[in-house]
Amino acid sequence: MSERATSTYPDSTEESTDEKPTRRPVTNGAQSVVRALENAGVKHLFGVQGGAIMPVYDALYDSEMTHVTMAHEQSASHAADAYGIVSGSPGVCLATSGPGATNLVTGIADANMDSDPMIALTGQVPSDMVGSDAFQETDTTGVTAPITKANYFASDTDTVGDVVGEAFAMAASGRQGPTLVDLPKDITNAPTDREPGPGRTPSTYNPRTDPDPEEVSAAASALAGAKKPVILAGGGVIKANATEQLSEFAIEHEIPVVTTMPAVGAFPEDHPLSMEMAGMHGTGYANMAITHCDVMLAVGTRFDDRLTGGIDTFAPEAEIIHIDIDPAEVSKNIYADYPVIGDAGTALTRLYDAMANEPDADDWREQCQTWKDEYPMDYQTPEDEPLKPQFVVEAFDAVTDDDTIITTGVGQHQMWAVQYWTFKQPRTWVSSHGLGTMGYGLPAAIGARLAARDDQTIISFEGDGSFLMTLQELSVAVRDHMDITVAVLNNKYIGMVRQWQDAFFEGRHSASEYGWCPEFDKLAEAFGAKGFRVDEYDEVADTIEAALAYDGPSVIDFHIDPAANVYPMVASGAANGRFALSEDQL
Amino acid sequence: MTQGLQGPRPEERPHPEGRRNAQGERIDPVQEAKQETRQATVSALVKHEPGVLSLVSGLFSRRQFNIESLTVGPTTVDGHARITLVVEETDAGIDQIKKQLAKLKPSIAVGELGTDAVRAELVLLKVQGHEPDKVHAITQMYEGQTLDAGPRTITVQITGDQRKIDDAVDAFRQFGIIEIARTGQTALARGDTPTTPGESPAASAESTASETQNSSNTQQ
Repeated sequence: MSERATSTYPDSTEESTDEKPTRRPVTNGAQSVVRALENAGVKHLFGVQGGAIMPVYDALYDSEMTHVTMAHEQSASHAADAYGIVSGSPGVCLATSGPGATNLVTGIADANMDSDPMIALTGQVPSDMVGSDAFQETDTTGVTAPITKANYFASDTDTVGDVVGEAFAMAASGRQGPTLVDLPKDITNAPTDREPGPGRTPSTYNPRTDPDPEEVSAAASALAGAKKPVILAGGGVIKANATEQLSEFAIEHEIPVVTTMPAVGAFPEDHPLSMEMAGMHGTGYANMAITHCDVMLAVGTRFDDRLTGGIDTFAPEAEIIHIDIDPAEVSKNIYADYPVIGDAGTALTRLYDAMANEPDADDWREQCQTWKDEYPMDYQTPEDEPLKPQFVVEAFDAVTDDDTIITTGVGQHQMWAVQYWTFKQPRTWVSSHGLGTMGYGLPAAIGARLAARDDQTIISFEGDGSFLMTLQELSVAVRDHMDITVAVLNNKYIGMVRQWQDAFFEGRHSASEYGWCPEFDKLAEAFGAKGFRVDEYDEVADTIEAALAYDGPSVIDFHIDPAANVYPMVASGAANGRFALSEDQL
Repeated sequence: MTQGLQGPRPEERPHPEGRRNAQGERIDPVQEAKQETRQATVSALVKHEPGVLSLVSGLFSRRQFNIESLTVGPTTVDGHARITLVVEETDAGIDQIKKQLAKLKPSIAVGELGTDAVRAELVLLKVQGHEPDKVHAITQMYEGQTLDAGPRTITVQITGDQRKIDDAVDAFRQFGIIEIARTGQTALARGDTPTTPGESPAASAESTASETQNSSNTQQ
């Protein structure tokens, strides 16, 4: 590793003895904003400085909260998103007005699609310049209205801290999601001595947490009478911290469990009842189970099209019980025969108590096991062929603990990671599901690193295309000495596009070939990280061991089989049961 | 590329015969059911804040709901406004509209009005002024008012339900309509029935005034 590029790290014990005055009385709006975050228990923030947000950063100077300066605001919002996923508490990101705020937008939209708790604070031009197309002005609340759970334009210095407290509370409660507070510079700069009160959700927001007993009882009867029951666990199970209730319910009543992608880790994938993930690149057995079930207990899922395939053929003969805290998700895409509105954990407990008997489903369980044997997740590893990406994922899995956290970009590598890693714990799978944001992996690893325990390993699986989108964040990982291992599954293609071009565009590889990729190991060294390159099977294990042992950020550039594709695959809008096992079946 | 996984091919697998319709409801595979659209009047009681209308209209355009008309105005409660929407959608679509509206932060209550609700719309019509007597006669016939009359144009106002307005517009066509402005339908539930759930028609000023206390700094 280059000596010049190696940064020196401040001794953390030294930093803690540094005298930082805290809890000084609030004297301006910005300090009120910071105080509201402190009151909410925030420990880390991700952001980039800039003109309109400077008063807030000035107030942060006196705070004990740790601010991570990111290389790009998009990464600040992804890091905050991942922080929210791993910690369960809203991640916080900051940016200045105009380009700073618009750069946050991708991460906000990503959090919105996946209902991740997050709060974004954006600087804004002074109130008297709003609407004049001033320097670095954007209508941030207007831009983000469709991609936030709620957003706020702060217009009063005395209450700006209360607004931030409310935004934080909104992000964390009910169906979680991103919120935003736009902070005009005059509002944050102006004097006030008013301490913000405890953060509360607005009076108009009262999500139902305890479900209607009649709804529960009807659902329990339907499930108890099922011959072919299946549980479809969505991301809401993890968001509601209901994984224990889910496991208890499934195991007690011996109901096979299928997960959506955001719910990966909600139920241990090595359990006999686990059918793993369903949907476009879900397992064959999960897709067979959801296609042939007669009662589906869907919990905290919004029935995304990547899960359902064509609506007409989704669980076509099943009665649907849908538990969700957001009534608007019920019967939005798939009609719910038995809606149960409430918190996932509470609803599962109520349903558990209301079940008169367990479903009589011995044959069905046997059928599910048969499907597991019929459609195995497998790949071939002949020594004379280029490295298979699945082998790399499994090699990492073999040498790491169950609570290792995986983050990913978006594309083929993401699918291999989710398919060939055996997830056993919630909040260990951190990925961009609904929005499908390439470049998510590295900034998410930074957010996850700060939210995770020190003894948890953080691995980011990236594709070459995804990694190129936000790899500048290596500078942050090096600067702040973050122990992260980036595994680039490099096929010199924007691989998922290439796969679709092969299947649906007669192999015309328009703009999907990345023949000019940089050497990522050397790039990592240039940033001051540790770089490795792997071309052969026999280098895999040792290199993984060395990278994991390295105390700091490391990057392994795995040159994988460029022809490898992701299977099973359900063609867009097709029936889940007609998943293809190879390209000629598409 | 021949790489792939092992297992029975798609055509060798069992496939269920059932189907769902576009709304995700299970249907009889023999008798394909298609949901018809209907007109519904939805009333939303919201906090009267800057940006609330753009939030509502944004919701509609984003989700591709077919909106016929939208009216908004303050209520007797300070800081509250009522939005009345007329939509043409399937039952499932109307259900979604109500739920999505209820989700918006400034939303206090959302309800759908029954067929017996009191509905009215206002239209301003500017017609050619060549035959003032005849125009006046038609205006009277529809219990309207003349707002402006000059040598070349006459502007009248008609209020009433949608059918009455449609008929009036037809009747005025003979004079040559120059300009027209319609407000869209606004409506209230009849009698003691609350227009939105939880609303107390007789005492709404007292019962909901406290809700406006801490909302002055929020937009959208």
